[in-house]
Amino acid sequence: MNRILKKLELAPEVKLFEINSPLITRKTLPGQFVVVRICEEGERIPLTIADTKEDTIVLVVQEVGKTTKHMGTLEEGYELSDVIGPLGKPTHIEKLGTVVCVGGGIGIAPIYPITKAMKNIGNKVISIIGARSKDLLIFEEKMKKVSDELYITTDDGSYGRKGFVTDELNGLIDEGRNIDFVMAIGPVVMMYAVAEVTRPHNINTMVSLNPIMVDGTGMCGACRVEVGGKTRFTCVDGPDFDAHQVDFKLLMDRQRIYLKQEEESMRLFKRH
Amino acid sequence: MPKVRPKKTPIPKQSPKKRVKNFNEVALGYSEKQAVKEAKRCLQCKKPVCISGCPVEIDIPGFIKLIAEKDFKEAIRLMKEKNVLPAICGRVCPQEDQCEKVCVLAEKFEPVGIGRLERFIADWEAEQGEMALPPKPSLTGKKVAVVGSGPAGLTVAGDLVKLGHSLTIFEALHKTGGVLVYGIPEFRLPKAIVQREVDYVHKLGAEIVTSFVVGKTKTVDELLKEYDAVFLGTGAGLPWFMQIPGENYNGIYSANEYLTRSNLMKAYLFPKYDTPIVRGKRVAVIGGGNVAMDSARTGLRLGAEKSMIIYRRSRKELPARIEEIENAEEEGIVFEFLTLPVRYYTDDKGWVKEMECIRMKLGKPDASGRRRPLPIKGSNFKIPVDTVVVAIGQSPNPLVPSTTPGLETGKHGNIIADEQTGKTSKKGVFAGGDIVTGAATVILAMGAGRIAAKSMDEYLNTGEW
Ligand SMILES: Cc1cc2nc3c(=O)[nH]c(=O)nc-3n(C[C@H](O)[C@H](O)[C@H](O)COP(=O)(O)OP(=O)(O)OC[C@H]3O[C@@H](n4cnc5c(N)ncnc54)[C@H](O)[C@@H]3O)c2cc1C
Ligand SMILES: Cc1cc2nc3c(=O)[nH]c(=O)nc-3n(C[C@H](O)[C@H](O)[C@H](O)COP(=O)(O)OP(=O)(O)OC[C@H]3O[C@@H](n4cnc5c(N)ncnc54)[C@H](O)[C@@H]3O)c2cc1C
Ligand code: FES
Repeated sequence: MNRILKKLELAPEVKLFEINSPLITRKTLPGQFVVVRICEEGERIPLTIADTKEDTIVLVVQEVGKTTKHMGTLEEGYELSDVIGPLGKPTHIEKLGTVVCVGGGIGIAPIYPITKAMKNIGNKVISIIGARSKDLLIFEEKMKKVSDELYITTDDGSYGRKGFVTDELNGLIDEGRNIDFVMAIGPVVMMYAVAEVTRPHNINTMVSLNPIMVDGTGMCGACRVEVGGKTRFTCVDGPDFDAHQVDFKLLMDRQRIYLKQEEESMRLFKRH
Repeated sequence: MPKVRPKKTPIPKQSPKKRVKNFNEVALGYSEKQAVKEAKRCLQCKKPVCISGCPVEIDIPGFIKLIAEKDFKEAIRLMKEKNVLPAICGRVCPQEDQCEKVCVLAEKFEPVGIGRLERFIADWEAEQGEMALPPKPSLTGKKVAVVGSGPAGLTVAGDLVKLGHSLTIFEALHKTGGVLVYGIPEFRLPKAIVQREVDYVHKLGAEIVTSFVVGKTKTVDELLKEYDAVFLGTGAGLPWFMQIPGENYNGIYSANEYLTRSNLMKAYLFPKYDTPIVRGKRVAVIGGGNVAMDSARTGLRLGAEKSMIIYRRSRKELPARIEEIENAEEEGIVFEFLTLPVRYYTDDKGWVKEMECIRMKLGKPDASGRRRPLPIKGSNFKIPVDTVVVAIGQSPNPLVPSTTPGLETGKHGNIIADEQTGKTSKKGVFAGGDIVTGAATVILAMGAGRIAAKSMDEYLNTGEW
């Protein structure tokens, strides 16, 4: 169990892992995540289940700090100490009409299973995916397969439309396209921007939040966020929340609690 | 009364100055000589009231007499007839509210140091090397799932494997022991001791599956398809917050998170271990129980210049174990009694920098029998802080109840189970410990486990509900 069966580099510093985890695979629904601990001294980090196949779950990891960098060095055959899940509430999948799925950067991986499920249940699915540049764009083929329309943006214009995913979203709205629901996953700034785009048009919008977590089962409160003025635990009450109600500033502040320690960890890790 | 020494034989401890700089155990335990000396203080009452003060009715005068006679082997055997976790209970039981409270000596002097003797005899056994295993029972062919590996779950597991049932413990975290590993700090309960007890249950034959979240990885109904009975010992792991303005600022923790980071994830050994923790200079802990004491003392050990306990009643009402209050005082924890936080203030980066409090006075006794704290109007004042730990209580985690149809729960989300049998409203499902009572004590959880194990054995043998 928990063995890495396959590892692929999708983009610079973005790796895909297929992990043998038959118990979790059986139960996984779109929008859920696992908590991973690599080794005895390791931290517990949450990662979204980007796909499942027979006995394996698929994780896509962006190397942003010590633990994800360490994970990037692991080879096929390595057995992770712990893979816990599936955690969090699954995304609410319903036939709503026209659904727009927005994925930014690494957020394209977690938006994929949701997009697929939204499509399978009979929605018209328009997907917008974006990255900083062409080489960082992941899952294009997979997203194409599960979308009726797929739009691509890059910050530097190296591929697709130059600009942000929100530019594309704005474009669709301006064209007068009828949009019933938007689901967005990506960096907090992107999710915030999407919320601001859809707010004036009263388009129901959900985002999948990514605060710092420890247990992932509701016992610590590390993952608390404010939604509609109320404190919620992301790992059990979410991770999906109404984008128009989320206090994004608080989320961003709380993601920075351990910046100093994270830098120290990275420094020590690089030296090895 | 024959002539007795009025005071307990003191227990050797690390000096306060030294111990606030490390996470090693504070109390070092009695030597054989000290234990025998303390054991001789026991009057060996004809009608020992101490036994009735013990939730699991240990033969207290019996094991103490054996210590006085230096028959340690027999003493620990007698102890274990009633208490399977003496090394733990000796360290963490609130003896002053139980056995030692009713000790006859306590009328005039200090009671017999029953907890210290319990701890001594358990540690003595550990020093003798491997714990002897009972002969393997013949297998009954029945399968039992225990959910949660705290004291309740471990007790059920130990009792039922000894009776020949196949047993699997499912634990959500990556380590077994429940609060004993994630909550109670190393300096009060060394993790090696908890591990020894877990290993023992494992060697008896129980299978242990960690990182398995019942309700998520599998539901109770799914377990019931594979197992003949299920015990739920999932504890009271849901932390409470005060719901006051600013409570989500950076630097404000629930005690569960603070202690889990430090104990379970070993953040006190960062960067050797990867999990970070805020090492504040001015730490304020809200609450007055064991959890609060543990948090405040952890704060000190993580390098705080000032670590405070903010408690809304007075010293007399502190619910923590007396020994830990004394230890905390010796270590220089500052107590702000009759004080209630009302809001927090932040700097421009979202970090807590001040806590506004209001002074309280004590009014008439409330439902708990303690005098109710009432705010004094206009007494607000501010305390500069950079770390806050909210330790005002926990309630049962709803994960299992909410995913188990037919399982009745009470007002506070606790599972309803019969006190005499541990039976829940769902056939084949038993429960005990904090998940039933709400946050309580190790010994009560263990006692509930004992009772449930007995009635589970009956159920497994007869099939009668
Ligand atoms: C529900 C959820 C799903 C996620 N899914 C994915 C995914 O599919 N792919 C992916 O690459 N990333 C995902 N993340 C983010 C991922 O967990 C973090 O990037 C990772 O924990 C960073 O750890 P690190 O040690 O490498 O970096 P660090 O240097 O420790 O941290 C970098 C940043 O990551 C965040 N972070 C740090 N520790 C944690 C933690 N324990 N929990 C959450 N965030 C943390 C902080 O904001 C921090 O500033 C998800 C996060 C959440 C909450
Ligand atoms: C910091 C602290 C200090 C304390 N100090 C003392 C003290 O000095 N003396 C004393 O007597 N008591 C003390 N207590 C209280 C005591 O620890 C508890 O009453 C006791 O541990 C309860 O035992 P339990 O077996 O019911 O639950 P717990 O010890 O809480 O164990 C429950 C276990 O179940 C697991 N679990 C939960 N949900 C699931 C799930 N869905 N699937 C699988 N596993 C799950 C949890 O991870 C946990 O390991 C303290 C508590 C804390 C938090
Ligand atoms: S991560 Fe601990 S409660 Fe959500």
